[in-house]
Amino acid sequence: MQKSLILVATTGLIATPAVAGDMTVTVEIPRMRVAEYHNPYVAIWIEDSAGKVASTLDVWYEVDKRGGEGTKWLADMRTWWRRAGRSMKMPANGISGPTQAPGKYTLKFTEGRTPLRNLAPGNYKLRVEAAREVGGREVLTIPFKWPASGSVSGSAKGTSELGTVTLSGKS
Amino acid sequence: MFKKSTLAAAGLMLGLSTMAATPAQAHRAWLLPSMTVLAGDDETVSVDAAISNELFVFEHHAMPLDDLVITGPDGTQVEPAIIGSGRYRSVFDVPLKEQGTYRIAIARNGMMGFYELNGERKRWRGSKDDLPGAIPDGATNVRLMETASRTETFATLGAPTDTALQPSGVGLEMIPVTHPNDLVATEAATMRFVLDGEPVEGMDVEFVEGGTRYRDNAGIQTLTTDANGEVSLMAPEAGMYFIEASQGSRRGEQTDGPARRASYTAVLEFMPL
Repeated sequence: MQKSLILVATTGLIATPAVAGDMTVTVEIPRMRVAEYHNPYVAIWIEDSAGKVASTLDVWYEVDKRGGEGTKWLADMRTWWRRAGRSMKMPANGISGPTQAPGKYTLKFTEGRTPLRNLAPGNYKLRVEAAREVGGREVLTIPFKWPASGSVSGSAKGTSELGTVTLSGKS
Repeated sequence: MFKKSTLAAAGLMLGLSTMAATPAQAHRAWLLPSMTVLAGDDETVSVDAAISNELFVFEHHAMPLDDLVITGPDGTQVEPAIIGSGRYRSVFDVPLKEQGTYRIAIARNGMMGFYELNGERKRWRGSKDDLPGAIPDGATNVRLMETASRTETFATLGAPTDTALQPSGVGLEMIPVTHPNDLVATEAATMRFVLDGEPVEGMDVEFVEGGTRYRDNAGIQTLTTDANGEVSLMAPEAGMYFIEASQGSRRGEQTDGPARRASYTAVLEFMPL
């Protein structure tokens, strides 16, 4: 641990562009009053300014559902499916996980470590998409610049399937 | 001869539109898939096949499935599970076991003949190979027409692929320049039309959103193919859309051979952005 910290500091000094950074994403799943409720499927990813996916950070779906039935509804996260999901094999190590009940979740990522790949300097968007069975779909976007000069932060507030989503990071 | 065959073609068009099983101007032939963008290791697309006026309502005739051919992502044929035909629609399932794009098509190439024998009007249908001897000696006012009709739709499990989209080179076909399962409302999509493999310029193509029953405006976008045989499709909103084009008897006019009519229809799903 100590060693890698020193290494980071050193590479920082010689101005290598990719300095490992940290990102923290919080995602809020709102509570709903509906006759039939299922936890939403959620995809969290980073895309570049051209819309190309740099990293899929997390995919919450019914990982353990029998007969592979859980993967059937991945396409309902339409934006993520078109940009990344349809070319990925699910479940994916270090990316996919089970769906989550209403509540607030904190996710931490380290650049260069699965699932957050090293990001070339540029403008990016953090995107969070939620799709709920017998429910709706919502995508939130937080633009950010990387590497962060010091730190980055942003938030977006959903109106239906997502509550507040935040991003904070430093590089 | 030239004039006669043109007239004959016109007459045949009229004759055609009264025939139930042949997609003609008055009716729309379609294959409506349950979904076109699918996920998972193993899926099924269920398809309704009908000939109707309203899109997509089963109200006129069930589509015969004799010529149904499904091409899988590797280019080989996929066997459908045929559920059957009711009065107004036929239904079948398409198993998707491989990742990639499937083409679901009903293509018919045939001939039609009209003639008079002993003062009686007769009609004959068959394949080109059946023609010799099919029209009896002594028949008068013989009019022949070649028909090529193709009705398609597409479905993709996982990421879209192109192998199943290769044209056959016979009749009127649509070559998707934009992948037919990567269509999104408000984003332009390009489709190229070819007749026997050659781009068709200046042809009208009709593009209509489903749900015609629930609106007063027919909502037909009439597009014209450019020099490359291409049209640009713009779906204002997400949904299932019907696309249709046909080519008249150009060939029959150029030669003394039979008149010819080639038609193409497809159902395309545009997803919300």
